[in-house]
Amino acid sequence: MTLFCRNGRVDSLTLEGRVVAPVQGMDECLRISIAEGVITALEPSSSSRSVIAPAFVDPHVHLRTPGREDEETIRSGTEAAAAGGYCAILAMPNTEPVVDSAAVLGSLVALARAEAVVPTGFMAAISKGLHGGELTEMAELAASGAAAFTDDGLPVVSARLLRRALQYSELTGLRLALHCEDPDLSRGGQAHEAAVAAELGLGGYPSVAESVMVERDLALAEFEGRPLHVMHMSARESVQALRAAQAAGVAATGEVTPHHLCLTDEAVRSLDPNVKMNPPLRSEDDRHALVEALRDGTIAVVATDHAPHAQHEKDVPFEEAPFGVTGLETAFSALYTHLVGPGVLSLESLLERMSAGPARALGLAEPRIEIGARANLVQLDLEDEWRVDPDGFRSRSQNSWLLGQTLRGRVLRTVADGRLVHHNQDVGE
Amino acid sequence: MPELYVPQPEPRHLLSVRDLGSDDVERILETARGMASALDREVKKLPTLRGRTVVHLFYESSTRTLASFELAAKRLSAETMSVRSSGSSVDKGESLKDTALTLSAYDPDVIVIRHPSIGAPDVVVRVTDAHVVNAGDGKHQHPTQALLDLYTIRDALGRLANVHVAIVGDILHSRVARSLVQALELVGAQVTLVAPPTLLPRGVEALGCETSTDIASIASADVIYVLRMQQERMEPGAAFVPSLREFAALYGITPARVRTGQVVMHPGPMNRGVEIDPRVADSAAALVTNQVRAGLVVRMAVLYDLLTVAPARVAEAVVVA
Repeated sequence: MTLFCRNGRVDSLTLEGRVVAPVQGMDECLRISIAEGVITALEPSSSSRSVIAPAFVDPHVHLRTPGREDEETIRSGTEAAAAGGYCAILAMPNTEPVVDSAAVLGSLVALARAEAVVPTGFMAAISKGLHGGELTEMAELAASGAAAFTDDGLPVVSARLLRRALQYSELTGLRLALHCEDPDLSRGGQAHEAAVAAELGLGGYPSVAESVMVERDLALAEFEGRPLHVMHMSARESVQALRAAQAAGVAATGEVTPHHLCLTDEAVRSLDPNVKMNPPLRSEDDRHALVEALRDGTIAVVATDHAPHAQHEKDVPFEEAPFGVTGLETAFSALYTHLVGPGVLSLESLLERMSAGPARALGLAEPRIEIGARANLVQLDLEDEWRVDPDGFRSRSQNSWLLGQTLRGRVLRTVADGRLVHHNQDVGE
Repeated sequence: MPELYVPQPEPRHLLSVRDLGSDDVERILETARGMASALDREVKKLPTLRGRTVVHLFYESSTRTLASFELAAKRLSAETMSVRSSGSSVDKGESLKDTALTLSAYDPDVIVIRHPSIGAPDVVVRVTDAHVVNAGDGKHQHPTQALLDLYTIRDALGRLANVHVAIVGDILHSRVARSLVQALELVGAQVTLVAPPTLLPRGVEALGCETSTDIASIASADVIYVLRMQQERMEPGAAFVPSLREFAALYGITPARVRTGQVVMHPGPMNRGVEIDPRVADSAAALVTNQVRAGLVVRMAVLYDLLTVAPARVAEAVVVA
C-alpha cells in the first residue's frame, strides 16, 4: 500500500445517475448503493441528471509540505483534490527538506494519516537533495512507503545517474517519473521559443530542450528494459519520441496537463504570471499533437502538475514570477469545457485518462465500479456553469490560469476510499 | 439636485507600441512637431500641464531617457519626482507592487517606469489609477524610443511610408528593435533585421519584417539603425558571437558600408569601434543627436497626449449631463 489517508468513518450512501466506467464498458443509469464504504448494489435507475464515474487519480501534485505550508498543506491540498473529484493523488518530493530519506518520508506518511482527506502517495527523490549526484536509498524509501521516484522540478542531467537509477529501482518494483529538460538549452527560458517570445523579448525555452531529454531517457529505459513515466509533456517532438518508444516495446507512459491541452503561447501575451509554467505553453501545433496523443492513448494520463504559489510571489513582473499554476479543482471542468464541449475528445476518453490511465501508469489500483469494490466515485453535473473565483478554492493558493473564466461541468460529489469527501452544496440537484 | 454622473474612463497607458494605432502615432508626431516649434521661442516653458504630477520610477540606469522625460515634464510645467531603485526602499526589499502603491498614494497623474524585468509596467497598472508609460521593460518594449525614432526619420527623410530601415546588431536582446519594428510596420515602412543567426530571435519574421545575416543587405536601406551588444542582458557564458572583434568585422558599420544618401541612427549608448565606426558616428549621415533632441519633444507630446486628449466617452457624458 503506497497511499495514506486519515482514518475514520466510512460512509453509507446511494448515488444515482448515468454511470460511465469506460474501462468496464459500462454506460447505464444506475442507483449505486454504498454501505460502510463498499459498493453493495447496482440497480437500474431512471435518473440521468448526473454522470457518475470512477474517481480521478492525479499522479503529479505539489503539496509544498514540508517547508511551504503557507502555499499548501496536506489537508488543504487533499481538500482541493476532493473538490476536483480525485480519490488518489501523488505528491512530489521537491519540498524543503527534500523527500530523499526514510525519515522525511516517514514524517509525511504520519502527517497524511492524520490529515489527508484523499488517499495520498509520496514520490521520493531519485537523487539526494535533488542534486543529481548520488542515488537516494531507494530500497529503504520503498519500504517506507514511497510511491515512485522523481527529481521533478529538475531533470536528471547525468545520463549515468539516470541509468543507475533505472537499474537499481528494479529492486523496489517502483517506477521512475521524469521531468525532461536539458537545462543548458532551457537556461534563461521564460516562454516557448517562437514568434510570441520573439515579440515579447522573453527568453526562449525551445521545444528541443524537452524532446532531446525525452529521447535520451527513453533510449536509456529501452536499453535497461525498464519502465519510465514522462511527466508534463509539452512538445510535438516529445510525443513522437514516446510513440516511437512504445512501438519499439518500451514500457513508457506519458502525462499531459490541462493547461498544455487548453492553452498555447498566445496566452503569454497577457504577461499574466498565472500562465507561466515549466515546461512553457507551446504552439497550436504542439497542442494539437498533445490532444491527438491523448485521444489515441499514446499519452494515457492527465496530470495537473498542481503547483501552488503564494500570491505575493506571483504578484511580480512576468519575468520574475515563479513557474507553476494550480489545477486540482479545475482540471475536469477545464477539459470538459475546452475539449469535450467542442467535440475534440469524448467524455469517455477524458474520464479514462483521468482515472484508470494514471492509476495504471503509476502502478496504483484502478478505481472500479462493481459490487464488493471499495467506493471511489465522482459524481458530475455536466450542465452546471460556474465562474472560477479566487475566493472559491480549497487550495491555499489562487494561482490558477482560469481565474474569472466560466467553465461548464462541475464535480458534485467525490467518494474516496469509501468516504464522501466532497459534496458541492452550491449546485441544485 | 441630481447627482452628476460622469463615467470615469479607464486611464490610458503607453506600455507597448501595440497600444497605439496609426492615427495615434500620427497625432503624437504632429503634437511633437508643435512642441518643437514652441521650444524655439525664447521662453521654453509651456503652462499646459501645470498642477499635474509625473513620477519617474527608474530601476535601471538611464541617461537620456530619464533626462528627457524629466525635462519634458518640466517644460510642460508639471511637477516631477524621480525615484531610483538605489537609495530608496527598493534597497530594503520593497516589492515593485508596494513601491507603486506607495507612490500612487500621492495621486500622480503619470507614472513613467523603467525596469529590467518584462511585465513590470503591467504590475504598476494593476495597482494605480495613474497613466503608466513604459520607459523600457527588459528586452520587451520601449515605445517612446520607437516614436522618437519615427519622428527623427520623418524629419530627415520627409516621409515614413515605404522608407526602408535596416536594423543591425543584437536584435535578440533589444527592446528598441522590438518596439521599432512594430512602429515602422504601423506607418507603412519596410524593415530588414540584420544580425548573426545567434542574435536573430526564432520566429521574429512574424512581426512582418525581413531578416538577413548578410551585412551587404543594408545597401538598399534608406536608414541604417545600429544596435549595441547588450552584454548586460546575456546569460553568463552564453557566447552569442565568438568575439566582439569578429562581430565588428562582420557587422560593424564602417564608412565603406554606408552609401551616400543613407542616414545612420543609434539609440545609444554607442560602443564606438564595435557596432559603429567612430568615423560614421561623427559623420553628417549620423542622426544620433537628432534622436536625442526628438526624445524631448516626443516625450512632451506623449505626456500631453495622455493627459489632455480626452477620450470621446468623457466628452459625450459631459454633454449628456
